[in-house]
Amino acid sequence: MLEIKNLHARIAEDGTEIIRGLNLSVKAGEVAAIMGPNGSGKSTLSYILSGREDYEVTEGDILYDGESILELDPAERAAKGIFLAFQYPVEIPGVATMQFLKVAMNEQRKARGEAELTTPDFMRRVKEAAAELKIAPEMLRRPLNVGFSGGEKKRAEILQMSLLEPKLCILDETDSGLDIDALKIVADGVNALRSPDRAVVVITHYQRLLDYIVPDTVHVLYKGQVIKSGDKTLAHELEANGYADIIGAAA
Amino acid sequence: MNMQTGMKLSVAETALCEAYDHALGELPGDGAVLAARDVLISDFKEAGLPTRRVEAWHYTDLRALLRAVPAFDPAASAARIGPLVEGSTVLSVVNGVADARGAVEGVTLRTFANALADGTAADGLVARDGDDTIGRINGAFVRDGFVLDFPAGTELEAPVEIQTIQNAGQVHTRFPATFGANVKATVIERHVAAGDNAAFVTTISDISLADGAEVTWVIFQGQGAADTHLGQIRITLGTDAKLRLYVINAGGKLVRQEIHAVVAGEGSDLILRGINLLGGETHTDVTFTVGHDVPNTTSTEVIRNVIFDRARGVFQGQIRVAPDAQKTDAKMSCNTLLLSDEADFSAKPELEIFADDVQCGHGATVIDIDHTQLFYLMARGIPENKARAMLVNAFVAEIVEELEDEPLVEALEGVIADWLDKHA
Repeated sequence: MLEIKNLHARIAEDGTEIIRGLNLSVKAGEVAAIMGPNGSGKSTLSYILSGREDYEVTEGDILYDGESILELDPAERAAKGIFLAFQYPVEIPGVATMQFLKVAMNEQRKARGEAELTTPDFMRRVKEAAAELKIAPEMLRRPLNVGFSGGEKKRAEILQMSLLEPKLCILDETDSGLDIDALKIVADGVNALRSPDRAVVVITHYQRLLDYIVPDTVHVLYKGQVIKSGDKTLAHELEANGYADIIGAAA
Repeated sequence: MNMQTGMKLSVAETALCEAYDHALGELPGDGAVLAARDVLISDFKEAGLPTRRVEAWHYTDLRALLRAVPAFDPAASAARIGPLVEGSTVLSVVNGVADARGAVEGVTLRTFANALADGTAADGLVARDGDDTIGRINGAFVRDGFVLDFPAGTELEAPVEIQTIQNAGQVHTRFPATFGANVKATVIERHVAAGDNAAFVTTISDISLADGAEVTWVIFQGQGAADTHLGQIRITLGTDAKLRLYVINAGGKLVRQEIHAVVAGEGSDLILRGINLLGGETHTDVTFTVGHDVPNTTSTEVIRNVIFDRARGVFQGQIRVAPDAQKTDAKMSCNTLLLSDEADFSAKPELEIFADDVQCGHGATVIDIDHTQLFYLMARGIPENKARAMLVNAFVAEIVEELEDEPLVEALEGVIADWLDKHA
């Protein structure tokens, strides 16, 4: 589903290279974890996959369902089914959460040539998905992410993900700032979306989240490259020994 | 002020002076009204239109900007329209003539033409000061409007909408509104064009709130692309009175909205919210002055500007605090979303504080669309143009929502969205 080939990318503004020859392939149905120390390029990778303009791809390619997505803007990628759950969801005062959800769902449907949702259908979907994630109706009446606690923001991201039904879900440090109860709710939400035709990329610094969202593959990112890949036992190895051994072996 | 001695009159100045000579026979008024009009037009002839050398008009050089003034055109076609907020009581002025059938239950109402005819309006036909060009022109030419008197204790369920609709020519209206003690009411003053012909509009609302009155007054200016709109709002607040004034500019080629408030009663509160939606090659000026004359009063002013194309905007805000007006709390802010390299906005805050125990502040910001917010919306599949429109809308929606009156909020959000659809 996702194939990243020899990707090189830099910060557009100052030319700093962050991703340096990254190769990764994720199949439909797979949950891939990307781990790595701070500054290894994890968040940058998530932004590049979703099309943020602040980064420039200088070499290599990103194929999604066999086609290059490098020329697509973030909205076009989203309509094709790529979803990024942000590490820091953005507060937008003046945009009502419900209005945002409705516009996003309907714009994606329009882009795919599907009919817009009726209001009752939309309301029913939001109500059901919010209940699963223990999101109170009052929260949905506030402006988008404004005044949400860290945990509420992360749950709101998963709510958006479950409503938008993407094919490729990228979770950027979704565990940061969550207590154990919130972590379980978020993990349940993600696990509910696991299916044979959907892929999930979990970006995380710690192994903790992977106890709840068990990955099929684990990849270690360091200095903009995947330096080691393995199965879920690799995550436990990292937890026990830290990144130093693997980085040392790869150097 | 005698700026023009020896100077040749401009085209617009000449047109106004000639229009006075032509219109005089048809303008309503008794002898006292006629005398007041004569004083105003002769002052106007002497001073002329203000230039940038006049401090109060420094950013709006009216003499240079006002190139022409259309003649009166009583036959121009226009008709009353449905209210902005459903269920409102509508008082309409079409092509400058008030519909005398208008009535609001519980409110004493008469047309301003009647008040001119019997001379009761004569006292109001004065300029505020030597630079009051709007007061002079409007006073010389005013033909109609409504005089509204809300008796003490009146509580209106539905808003009153005063609408002025015009298509072409000149329109000069006045709306003196007196709110008795403890009145609760919402008034929407709506100025819209019925067509694309150039119109020259002046209007003055004289709003006075007695003790304990709570009033929301919304001015929506949606004139046509060729129109000049010169508006003035004069405000006096009594003890514990509260006025929420919203001024929304979403039209016109050359616009000046003056707001002059006197906070004269202890415990009173003035809330001014301004929204300027500016596009094309237009010039819009909001000039505000407030005098805190007694202790323990508050005022807050928030102006939000959205500017596209080659539009120019101005906000002048002056807060004066009298020597014995202790514990005054006055805060003013002016935030601009500048969406074009050729757009322009000037903000001039002025504080004149003569009391020592007060809280007064002002701030001005100029910003562009927040790129992180834009990316977030796009990452959810919202196309760029739509995402931008949502963010622009959000910038002004924040202050509309403060009204906490659902039908009114919805109506205003609707007109704002309509404007953005056409311009963004």
